[in-house]
Amino acid sequence: MRFIDEYRDSGLGKRLIDRIKRRSTKPVRFMEFCGGHTVAIFKHGIRQLLPPTIEMLSGPGCPVCVSANADLDKAVALARLPDVIIATFGDMVRVPGSYSSLAQVKAEGADVRIVYSTQDALNIARSNPLKSVVFLGIGFETTAPTVAASILEAAQEGINNYYILSLHKLCPPVIKAILDAGEVRLDGIICPGHVSAIIGSYPYGFVPRDYGIACVISGFEPLDILLCIDMLVAQIESGRPRVEIAYRRGVRPEGNQRALEVMNQVFEPCDASWRGIGVVPQSGLMLRKEFRRFDAEHAFKIELEPPREAEGCLCGDILRGVKTPPDCKLFRRVCSPEHPVGPCMVSSEGSCSTYYLYGGGYGG
Amino acid sequence: MEDRILLAHGSGGKLSHDLVEKNFVPLFKNSLLDKLDDSAVFELSGQLAFTTDSYVVTPIFFPGGDIGRLAVCGTVNDLAMSGAKPLYLSISLVIEEGFPLADLRKIMTSVQEAADEAEVKVVTGDTKVVNRGSADKLFINTAGIGVIPPGVDISGANAQPGDKVILSGSIGEHGIAVLSQREGFKFSLPIESDCAPLGKLVAEMLEASKKIHCLRDPTRGGLASTLNEFAQQSRVGIRIEEEKIPVQDAVRAACELLGFDPLYVACEGRLVAVVPPSEAEEVCTRMRRNQYGTHSAIIGEVVAEHAGRVVMKTSLGASRVIDMLVGELLPRIC
Amino acid sequence: MCLAIPALVKSIDGQQAEVEVGGVGRKVSIFLTPEVKVGDYVLLHTGYAINIIDEAEAKETLKLLEEIAGASGE
Repeated sequence: MRFIDEYRDSGLGKRLIDRIKRRSTKPVRFMEFCGGHTVAIFKHGIRQLLPPTIEMLSGPGCPVCVSANADLDKAVALARLPDVIIATFGDMVRVPGSYSSLAQVKAEGADVRIVYSTQDALNIARSNPLKSVVFLGIGFETTAPTVAASILEAAQEGINNYYILSLHKLCPPVIKAILDAGEVRLDGIICPGHVSAIIGSYPYGFVPRDYGIACVISGFEPLDILLCIDMLVAQIESGRPRVEIAYRRGVRPEGNQRALEVMNQVFEPCDASWRGIGVVPQSGLMLRKEFRRFDAEHAFKIELEPPREAEGCLCGDILRGVKTPPDCKLFRRVCSPEHPVGPCMVSSEGSCSTYYLYGGGYGG
Repeated sequence: MEDRILLAHGSGGKLSHDLVEKNFVPLFKNSLLDKLDDSAVFELSGQLAFTTDSYVVTPIFFPGGDIGRLAVCGTVNDLAMSGAKPLYLSISLVIEEGFPLADLRKIMTSVQEAADEAEVKVVTGDTKVVNRGSADKLFINTAGIGVIPPGVDISGANAQPGDKVILSGSIGEHGIAVLSQREGFKFSLPIESDCAPLGKLVAEMLEASKKIHCLRDPTRGGLASTLNEFAQQSRVGIRIEEEKIPVQDAVRAACELLGFDPLYVACEGRLVAVVPPSEAEEVCTRMRRNQYGTHSAIIGEVVAEHAGRVVMKTSLGASRVIDMLVGELLPRIC
Repeated sequence: MCLAIPALVKSIDGQQAEVEVGGVGRKVSIFLTPEVKVGDYVLLHTGYAINIIDEAEAKETLKLLEEIAGASGE
C-alpha cells in the first residue's frame, strides 16, 4: 500500500531508534494525544525501543472514551424511541452508559446499526422514509467535517428524517485544559495527525509560546512516529520548543480550508463535558441555529435519569495521563474487553484496551 | 413445480418427499443415502472422530463459496484436525418459508461438489421449513464421522517447548470476503474466501510424520485465537514473527480500511500445526506440494516462558502480546 | 487522530470518486476535497476524502529518513 508500506521499513526504523538513543540526554515526558497514536505505538512496540530517558504518556485523544456517561445515556434513550434507527460507528455500541449500552438496547429490540460513514446513514434515511435516522456524531475535527457535509447534503436533497446527536469535540481547547491543570509535567506533545490534516498547525501555536512545550504533528506509521519523537528530542535538546510538522505528506500548515469552512458553516463551538476532565469551555461542537432541525436533542423528547459513574473506574485519571491502566484496581480483574466497566476498555483506541491487548513488554 | 420453498416442503408429506427424492438424492448418489431409511447403517472400526457444526453465515453466497460449501468444509476440517480421515456426513436444513428453490439447488450442488472433493459421503439428512421470519433464509447443520489412523495422537494440549508452529497459508480471506458482501461494506474486492476441505492435506502431513502434536483450523477468532488456545491448553508460551505470517495485499488493505487486524479475521481453509523441531521442515515441505498448502511457512515456535501467552516479534524488533479475540470485530473510526 | 488511509483516485463522478487501496476499491465522497484529480492520492476517513496527499512532501520525508539512516554512523 503506497504511502503506508514505505513508512514501515524496519531497517530505517532501527537506525532512527539508534539516533534517538544517541541524542536523548535529558529525561523527558511526551504525551501522545491521539488514540490512533496510542494504538500504533503499542502495536509496533515503540515504547520498548525508546531509551529510558523518554517516558510516554497517553492523553485524552479517544473521542469515544471522553464522552461523558450522560451523552451515552442520551444515545440509549433515543434508541429506545419507536421508529428511530440509530446509525453509529462501531466503537460506540458496547460502551456502557450509566445504566445500559447500545448493544444492550439492541438486544432488547432497538434498531441500532453500525455504519462506516455518514453516507451510509444518509442511505438508511433515504430507504426508510417513515422512520427517523439518528447518527451519533462522535469524533474530533477529523470527523466533524464529514458529519457537517452529510447535513449539507441532507439539506440540499430535502431529506427530512436525518438527525445528528452531536458529541463532537475539539482538540486544541482540551490540550490547553490538560496543560492548565498541570497535573503532569510534560516536555512534548505528539500532536494528532489527521485532526491536523483538517485544522493545520497554527492552532497549536500556544503550546510552545505559552507553555514552553515542544510540539510535533505526527503520522501513524512506525517511521512517522519515530521521526516525530526524534524531532521532539531535537527541540528539547536545543532548548527551542516550537510547532513542527513531521507528517508533511498529510498536513499543511493551513490545514484543509474547505473542510474547515464546511465544519464552521454547520457547527459552532460550545462548552462540552469531557470524561475525567469536566467541562472544558468552547471545546465541543453544536449545530448552528439554521441547522437545528437536524439536531436530535431538539427533535426528540427524551427523559434521562441522572448520570452515574461506575465505581472504581479510573478512566478519568487515565485520560488525563495521571494514572495508567495497571494502576486501576478493576483492570484485568473485573474490567476486560469482554466485560468492560468504562469506555477506555471498550474503544479500540482506549488506553485500557490497548494495554490489555498489546500488553506490557515481553522481552524481545 | 413451485419456485419457492413452502411450509409443506418440511411437513414430511408428498412435497417433502419430492423435494428430497428429486432434488437431493440424485445429487449425492450413494448407496447409503439411496436407501432413504431413517438411519444410515454402516460398519466402522478403529478410533472414531465425531463432530458437529451449525452454519448461519450471512450472506449465504459470498465470493469464493456459499453456505453449502462451508457446511461441508467446516465439519470435514474439524474431523481432519483430530487427524481423522473424514468419511460420512449428515446434513440438516432449516429453511425459511419462501426461500427460492433455485438458490436451494445451487447450495445443495455446492454441498455435493465439496463432499466429492473431500471424498466424503452425505449419508443422511433432514429438512425442516419454518414460517417466514423465524429463520434468516437458511441454516445448515452438519455432523461428521471419521477414523483416526493408529499411532496418531493430536490434541491442543500436546505442544512442547521447542516445537515449531507451521501455518498452511495466508490469513484473513474468508472473513474479509464475507464482510465485503454485507450491507454497508460494499468494497469491490478481488478477495475470495479460502473455504476448502483439508482432509487430504492432513493425510499427507501424517504420511510425512506421525509425530504431529497439534492441529487446528483458525476459524472465528482467527490465527491469534487458535494460537492462544494451544498456549493455554498446553500451558506453554508461543512466539511468532510478524514478518513470517503471509497476508495477501488486498486483505491487508481491506483490514486497514476496516480497522481490523488480520490476525483475528476468520479463515476457513487454513490450518496451524505444532510439530517437533525434527519433523518441521519435512512436514512443511510436504504441505507445500498440496494445493491448499502452497504457501505453508514456519511462523514461530513453542517456548517454556510466558506460559499461556502468545508473543509476536514485530518488524521493528519489538515484542508484543497477542491476546485472544474478545467480543466481535467492530470497525474503528477513531 | 482518526483512522485515515491513503487511497488512489481512479475516477470522479460529481461529488463522488472511486478510490483504491492495495487493490480494494471503494466509492467515497469528495465533498471536502472538490479540487481532487484522478491520479491524486487522498486521505480516506469514514467514507470521505479529507485531504490530498502531498507526494512531493512524501518524497522529502523519505529522503530525510534515508539521510538519517545513512548518517547513522556518527
